[in-house]
Amino acid sequence: MPVLARYTIKTALVHLAVALVIGLALAAQSVFQLPVFIATLRPVFLHLLIVGWLTQLIFGVATWMFPKYSKEQPRGNPQLGWAVYLLLNIGLVLRAIGEPLIVLQPGSIGGPTLVISALLQVTAGWLFIITIWPRVKER
Amino acid sequence: MPRLSVWMIRAALIYLGIGFLFGSLMLANKGVSFEPSLWRLLPVHIDLLLVGWLLQLAMGVAFWIAPRFSDRPRYGRAWLVCAAFILLNSGVLLNAWGEWSGTAAATLVGWCCILSAGLCFVIHLVPRIKPLAIT
Repeated sequence: MPVLARYTIKTALVHLAVALVIGLALAAQSVFQLPVFIATLRPVFLHLLIVGWLTQLIFGVATWMFPKYSKEQPRGNPQLGWAVYLLLNIGLVLRAIGEPLIVLQPGSIGGPTLVISALLQVTAGWLFIITIWPRVKER
Repeated sequence: MPRLSVWMIRAALIYLGIGFLFGSLMLANKGVSFEPSLWRLLPVHIDLLLVGWLLQLAMGVAFWIAPRFSDRPRYGRAWLVCAAFILLNSGVLLNAWGEWSGTAAATLVGWCCILSAGLCFVIHLVPRIKPLAIT
């Protein structure tokens, strides 16, 4: 398994674990009257699970197993692959910071943080499509 | 990779790109509000990413990697997957349009198409879920 795929899949597993902890905290919040900010993490929970875990796992497995791009560059441009990995994960972390911030401290840096997060994630998604598209081919 | 998988996976990638675009517009709008009506994209965003991207990608990859038959046709009844491809994409587009325009009938027809696509795919794939030695 190539290094990029290993990093991507292991990071996806970290997102899964963090998402499940947040899911547990969300369930416990109303039962045990935990701090209100936990309730602001619901969109973070959903996106860590669906983007951080599921989609990133797909990115990793596709990078590893899809038909080779060429003999010289079996997985296409490696720099683009690393860019996808970094942009997606930085974008997700910024979202996890920004979501509670805009609720708890409106007018703080939470708003711009979410804008940057959005830009990073959409760029990551599009770069992944550009990277993987030529590898989706008949033999 | 068979041609049908190429079509399904490429269609899924297109939905990924559009779904991420819609999601990023809504997230940016949440951070610095510039167009409140963008929230109407939420059900479309969910539809494109869950059905158009995740479900269709899973179907495309399963058609490619599930065990094949020894005799021709090696991929089984591929016409069922072709029908699933057409029904699924018609369903996603109808659904997205119905949710955006508030046309409940379009959403209902869209889900009927998606359900039919799922059934076609299940009927196709069940015989291929087998030990490698069985033809």
